[in-house]
Amino acid sequence: MPQSSVAAVTISADGRSVRVPAGVTVAAALLDLGTSAFRRSVSGEPRAPLCGMGTCYECRVTIDGVAHRRACLVTVAEGMHVTTADGAEEAPA
Amino acid sequence: MSTVAADVVVVGAGPAGIAAAVRATEAKRRVVVLDEAPNVGGQIWRHRSVGTLGADARTWIDRLSRTNAEVRRGVAVVDVIVGGEAGDITVVAERHLGGVDVIRTPALIIATGARERFVPFPGWTLPGVTGIGGAQALLKQGATFRGKRVVIAGTGPLILPVAASLTDAGARVVVVAEQAPFQAVRDFALSLLTHPETLLQAAIYRLAFLRTPYAMGTWVTSASGTDQLAGVAVANARTAWSLPCDLLCTGYGLVPNVDMARFVGCTTADGAVAVDERQATSVPGIFAAGEVTGIGGVGLAVAEGEIAGAATAGAARIDPSLARRRQALRVVARRMERAFALRQELRSLARDDTVICRCEDVGRAAIASFADSRQAKLYARAGMGACQGRVCGPALELLFGWQPGTVRSPLEPARLSTLSTAALAGAASSAADPSAGS
Amino acid sequence: MSARRADAIIVGAGIVGAACAVALARDGLRVLVIDAGGAALGTTAAGMGHVVVMDDSPEQLALTRYSQSLWRAQDDAVRAASELDWCGTVWVAEDEAQLEALPAKQQLYRDHGLETEVLDETTLIEAEPHLRRGLPGGLLVPSDAVIYQPAATIALLALARTMGAEVLQRMPVEEIVPCGVRCGADTLRADVIVNAAGAAAASLTPQLPVIPRKGHLVITERYPGFCRHQVAELGYLASAHVMTSESVAFNVQPRSTGQVMVGSSRELVGWDASMNRRVLGRMIARACEFMPALADLVAVRTWTGFRPATPDKLPLIGRWPDVPGLWIAAGHEGLGITTSLGTATLLADLVASREPAIDAAPFAPDRAVTAGVH
Repeated sequence: MPQSSVAAVTISADGRSVRVPAGVTVAAALLDLGTSAFRRSVSGEPRAPLCGMGTCYECRVTIDGVAHRRACLVTVAEGMHVTTADGAEEAPA
Repeated sequence: MSTVAADVVVVGAGPAGIAAAVRATEAKRRVVVLDEAPNVGGQIWRHRSVGTLGADARTWIDRLSRTNAEVRRGVAVVDVIVGGEAGDITVVAERHLGGVDVIRTPALIIATGARERFVPFPGWTLPGVTGIGGAQALLKQGATFRGKRVVIAGTGPLILPVAASLTDAGARVVVVAEQAPFQAVRDFALSLLTHPETLLQAAIYRLAFLRTPYAMGTWVTSASGTDQLAGVAVANARTAWSLPCDLLCTGYGLVPNVDMARFVGCTTADGAVAVDERQATSVPGIFAAGEVTGIGGVGLAVAEGEIAGAATAGAARIDPSLARRRQALRVVARRMERAFALRQELRSLARDDTVICRCEDVGRAAIASFADSRQAKLYARAGMGACQGRVCGPALELLFGWQPGTVRSPLEPARLSTLSTAALAGAASSAADPSAGS
Repeated sequence: MSARRADAIIVGAGIVGAACAVALARDGLRVLVIDAGGAALGTTAAGMGHVVVMDDSPEQLALTRYSQSLWRAQDDAVRAASELDWCGTVWVAEDEAQLEALPAKQQLYRDHGLETEVLDETTLIEAEPHLRRGLPGGLLVPSDAVIYQPAATIALLALARTMGAEVLQRMPVEEIVPCGVRCGADTLRADVIVNAAGAAAASLTPQLPVIPRKGHLVITERYPGFCRHQVAELGYLASAHVMTSESVAFNVQPRSTGQVMVGSSRELVGWDASMNRRVLGRMIARACEFMPALADLVAVRTWTGFRPATPDKLPLIGRWPDVPGLWIAAGHEGLGITTSLGTATLLADLVASREPAIDAAPFAPDRAVTAGVH
């Protein structure tokens, strides 16, 4: 995915250190990493981005320890820690 | 927390908001523009690099960057306080990364755009099912859909450019299912022959060239897969069939984002904010422009934004060429609405156990017996979750004819600290606020 | 409609009306419940949903304790539907004076058969880790519960229906007349009429000393385990007791969904339901003083509601002497969810001329009227 000409940043996704293109959103980065369950619904179903524009709240993940952040509205940043529903690295506050 | 004063606050940095901000700053007004996204442009002009945009979008974004309008990105407006006296408006916004902005202004332009309308069907909650505009947005955010087998199912001219974008990005669009019947689409397309602005015909030709079937009178009835989408069932009036896919993009038109306008008491009609010739709403000092006043496309949004921006700057008369353009585009919009009206079959796709409210996982059977959306919310928690009914609200209206309930604060989920600091500041600076009595 | 024949007509399908429907139907009465809107959509919907023992007065303690025991003994289906969670309450002392008062409170509860635990600075934090450090202590009352009261109301009405009760929604009662209610052109008759109209009770029985006491609430996103008990400051009772024009107190609840509900405020501003942002701000700030981590939780919704308040903080339960056939089950202030079951049982006992389990005299609806004469 990251081309050599594209600037990249390193983020931690569910404890895994990965290089992703700079400027992409957390949602885009997670999708390209093959993430299926961004969050687990109330009854435990896996959920992933639906609207892509901040309306549906399906892409909520924990970013730098803050739960319920909308991945489609946040741009990746160097050193950012992202935890999805099934990631165990950081529990919600 | 920062408290500032502005002459005009524009909420939403899409085409309408940008045009409004440009016009108002040209008239020497101090303008603050607020938007949730990391970049300006809204949905239709979403970009990471301006170079990827069309000429019109580049021109407007460039014009905005050359004004002294203050653009605050990555902020969500959580509260709007309308004071007792005309022109006493306080806007409270929360920064995604922390911090609260309180802005006092005599004029507010609501340019909050629209969101996609989703029709619930079995399997629509599976990862791999996105909105049509949602897929476009994710693509522009940097997601790569290369090699994915894509089904696009929905309605309206928007779906064709998205099919083209996904194809350009290396996805394999296996079918574009337009629920409207062939005749309605053809009549609408013919009616546009005099409108060079539309992308519709161009997109149809491109898809034909790429051999992507554009199936009219066709819709998706269900999606299947265990933890991830694996395939869809498709139907038309005569037959039904299944096909495997990795991504289903679905969207049945757009819904104006009227929550903020309703919250401050603006009159709405047919789900859109009612405005006069100057784009003024029923609340003094509050204007609305773009899709929030009715779905009409980017050209209409820009025209309305220009008129609203000039109006907040006290323009005595409306630019007649803008007014003419606005009128012509509204005629097209009404035609489009008729051509792409949703077919009856879509209302009965959801089964008893199909989730309607995705935030709270409320199935159809759990709410079907209730009388209205308030009962569905209180008794079964439908619409009580984080999206505040923005996804299930239009679905409840489609399925049961229920009107959306009262809009409550905060307008977007917000930190408790935001509510307390802003509430205290807002009330303190707004002695005339009738709700701050006692 | 006028052909309908009931033994008892209950005006109001909130939780108190629903509980009364069950109690009267259980006694064999044909019950008709009428509501201007829908079940639980008024006073009931706006509240917090606690099932707590409160000791503002001996009478309040008796009624809340009795009601709580009835919740514990409630029909299984109703308990399940109500999402009844016996999470307990932690009363937080803010200063040494409040701390020193705890042993007496503990003894009082013990006298009523309730075991509690006095917490010191350390055990308080162990019980609720998000409380701020340095608070001197508190009292853990393990027997308190939280419920989802709209669902509880629906379940109670469903139970009443199985006993023959009928529920009419979206039917405004315009007037209560001797042994009847007038709805538009129709007058429905019954020997027993119960005014259980929540905050609106006084609009139907104008001499009732029930006034609306406004409150604000906030609910957050889901943070399972953020707090384990209902947590309230001991000053809450003082806030609730004094009929000042405006007060706020720290009171949070863990909901069955993992959400946190944050209260509370009290105002006397008539029927103005608009959000008072200054009061809301004070209320949240007060909560954050006790639980600083609350500040970063995400709120999804705020709302206001009206408590049906009486001058002496006790509900009005019993016969209304001025109107033949009229009984009152109203004026529960902020405790209607808890005391709904006790109220209903007490009322049914009085209607049936049985000896109630607790003394009904302090709740006689005309007590305030009588007092007002002096």
